[in-house]
Amino acid sequence: MEKESIFKTLSVAVGVCAVCAVLVSIAAVALKPVISKNKVLGKKSNVLVAAGLINADGYTLDAEGKPTQERADVTKLFTSLVPQAIDLKTGKTLDSLGPEEIAAIDERELVKKKETRLDIAANDDTAKIKTTPDKAVIYLLKDENGTVKRYIFPFYGQGLWSTMYGFIALDGDLNTVENITFYDQEETPGLGGEIAKPFWQSKWSGKSVYDPQGNVAVSVIKGTGDPTNPKHAFEVDGISGATLTGAGVGHAVQFWLGKSGFGPYIKSQKE
Amino acid sequence: MSGKTLSTLYDPLFKNNPIALQVLGICSALAVTTSLNTALTMSIAVTIVTAFSNLALSLIRSIIPGSIRMIIEMTIIASLVIVVDKIIQAVAPDISKSLSVFVSLIITNCIVMGRAEAFAIKNPPIESFLDGLGNGLGYSLVLTSIGAIRELFGFGTLFGITIMKPVSEGGWYQPNGLLVLAPGAFFLVAGFIWLLRTIKPELAEKED
Repeated sequence: MEKESIFKTLSVAVGVCAVCAVLVSIAAVALKPVISKNKVLGKKSNVLVAAGLINADGYTLDAEGKPTQERADVTKLFTSLVPQAIDLKTGKTLDSLGPEEIAAIDERELVKKKETRLDIAANDDTAKIKTTPDKAVIYLLKDENGTVKRYIFPFYGQGLWSTMYGFIALDGDLNTVENITFYDQEETPGLGGEIAKPFWQSKWSGKSVYDPQGNVAVSVIKGTGDPTNPKHAFEVDGISGATLTGAGVGHAVQFWLGKSGFGPYIKSQKE
Repeated sequence: MSGKTLSTLYDPLFKNNPIALQVLGICSALAVTTSLNTALTMSIAVTIVTAFSNLALSLIRSIIPGSIRMIIEMTIIASLVIVVDKIIQAVAPDISKSLSVFVSLIITNCIVMGRAEAFAIKNPPIESFLDGLGNGLGYSLVLTSIGAIRELFGFGTLFGITIMKPVSEGGWYQPNGLLVLAPGAFFLVAGFIWLLRTIKPELAEKED
């Protein structure tokens, strides 16, 4: 039968693929600028959520943390935070960089180049990320007197399937967790993916990061913590069905607030 | 347009609804209906994909070789889904986040593939397009009604706007937690099927 000849089959297959490929490529290329703009905005609103200025739905929060009916202007509100570039090798702030240079720091780009990344010793790599960028941007939320109310640190680490990117906000005492957020993760929706939901993120608030000796002690445990346990202040309840994702988040936080991450900077700020 | 052509559009709404009668596309119906916003976006996406994949397949139905028929169908459906996914990511990034994988999973939505196989492959383009549109709308009808009920009684809101103020925010309404979970959607789908078959008893299967 003419319809079934190999040549015919091949040419129909190639033709359909070509048309579909062109269609998909056009859509991908034409929409890329809008999508990447959305991603930048998404990251910024994540910082604002960590700073306690807006909620996860994008509404501004009042002084008591209650959502208002006002939708936040993310770009404008973002300028109220003070960005600071940190040299991850020394833990010192890079004061020589101007605001534009700080805004241009992209941790994901830095780790791609040999000159701008730092290798992590294998036994220290709890976040399973192999390298860190040589500098990172943190955000400070200051009150009218210039006292820092919150420090917002970026962090990332390996979950079950994906690298999870987020921010963790510490109180002015640099020990109490205020908030944790994720702006990019591809964990199982409904299980590990719940880390992106406010109900789990709120379990971090009030937890202590460092033990009296100054070591990172905070961790994500399996199940629900026992309030009578002396370690309860350092333990965040895991999500059932998402033990590995939860452990990944815990390890990532431990790494980034530890000696290879922002530990040296935090130590210098406490002194 | 003749009555028969139009009935391909209307039939799937009630008489031959894909979810309630063909019981197709249940998985996504459970997953994306916790809020009306996501349910509506998903409905539009599925309707567009079903309508245009039916149209495209019907146009080339006479030249598709039988041996690679299914693969061709998948390629066309997958391409349309990627395009729709990209558009949602660009236009509604928040909704795209809460829909997560379910947009890409439209590729495996039984309705799309089912209509391609059952209708588009042997019917002319206009009828196929209308059939896809009708089935998409039938899916949308169930999805948005379930979404509306789940959001209204599960959270006390519609489209994110508070209708009944929940107790947790100082109001009077105690949200029904069951509706937020997947079993809640099962009950509603079952209820919808029951309702439809009570109104139109001829739709029920004959007893053995």
